[in-house]
Amino acid sequence: MSGKPRLTYLNGRGRMESIRWLLAAAGVEFEEVYLETKEQYDKLIKDGFLLFQQVPLVEIDGMKMVQTRAIMSYIAGKYNLHGKDLKERALIDMYVEGISDLMQMILMFPFSPPDAKEKNLESIKERATNRYFPVFEKVLKQHGQDFLVGNKFSWADVQLIEAILAVEEKVPDVLSGFPQLQVFKTKMSNMPTIKKFLQPGSPRKPPPDAHYVETVLKVFKK
Amino acid sequence: DGSLLFQQVPMVEIDGMKLVQTRAICNYISTKYNLYGKDLKERTLIDMYVEGMFDLNELLMTYGYQPADKKEQHFANMMEKTENRYFPVFEKVLKDHGKDFLVGNQLSRADVQLLEIILMIEEWKPDMFAKFPLLQRFRARMSNIPTIKKFLQPGSQRKPPSDEDVVDKVMKIFY
Repeated sequence: MSGKPRLTYLNGRGRMESIRWLLAAAGVEFEEVYLETKEQYDKLIKDGFLLFQQVPLVEIDGMKMVQTRAIMSYIAGKYNLHGKDLKERALIDMYVEGISDLMQMILMFPFSPPDAKEKNLESIKERATNRYFPVFEKVLKQHGQDFLVGNKFSWADVQLIEAILAVEEKVPDVLSGFPQLQVFKTKMSNMPTIKKFLQPGSPRKPPPDAHYVETVLKVFKK
Repeated sequence: DGSLLFQQVPMVEIDGMKLVQTRAICNYISTKYNLYGKDLKERTLIDMYVEGMFDLNELLMTYGYQPADKKEQHFANMMEKTENRYFPVFEKVLKDHGKDFLVGNQLSRADVQLLEIILMIEEWKPDMFAKFPLLQRFRARMSNIPTIKKFLQPGSQRKPPSDEDVVDKVMKIFY
């Protein structure tokens, strides 16, 4: 055991990617185990590793943690990315939860039936442009600071930069109406830990492709 | 009027804030009223349990909105998950430590949420609890906590199960 957190998931983004982002942004190195077969997954369940029979699984500080939000909340707390008091934490939680709703649409997109893909892509664009991005554009404009909450780098900033880049992969000009977010994107991308994560060879996973979708369906087949 | 940050409810006005997002609201209330464990490790255990329960709650909450031809399968799935994925976890937690509460030997949001789910399942399938004696005892104990007992009495702010009228209203207001 190296003492580093160990992540178990498929070799792709899915629900683990936000956790990879957060650990990377906090400057924490981690190990990864990739699920490739149903047998591996069934064995994890049989061996009692997965509290609710699901991944992501993160082994950290002697715990076998499951549930994406529980994991991220722990990491955010541990590495001082969750605000300085209860009110800041509430703001961060609200922002993270909103962004997470948008990320959920992106997560599910590769699994859309072919005849729904265009509609779902349009929904992602619509929600990003009309519901989520305007909120953060306004937050940044109103306080004029670099970070979303408390003038300090937090989980909310990591989640937002991840979401911006993920939406841009599908809708390249999505930030055209959002000057503050453009500046935010540049600033976050240049932070040393994030810059490193955005370089080739980092643990960051590529966008899901047909092979990833196939693996998901195979590993989690009932 | 700008009251809904992401154009959605629930919205709770508390301590000068207009909070949205169910989890953000619950996190705030839990911390403020000491229902979130005594340290980061307890909070993490609570979070894991609560997140599992939120997943189950999602199934329970969406049942009433299923189209007629999907209802039966949805019901079977939610009962199967309750019986095989979720209830065994909490039965085992209680068995392993033998204490009254799920985490840290004191009342937390995890206990409140578990009771809420137990009571909902009871409305649909009371015989499920034959397999979970510790959850039965948990249910009895929790229901007798004064604040909870009061909430379970008629006239409290607790809402009844969603009926067709509620489903109709939801469809009308949001869709």
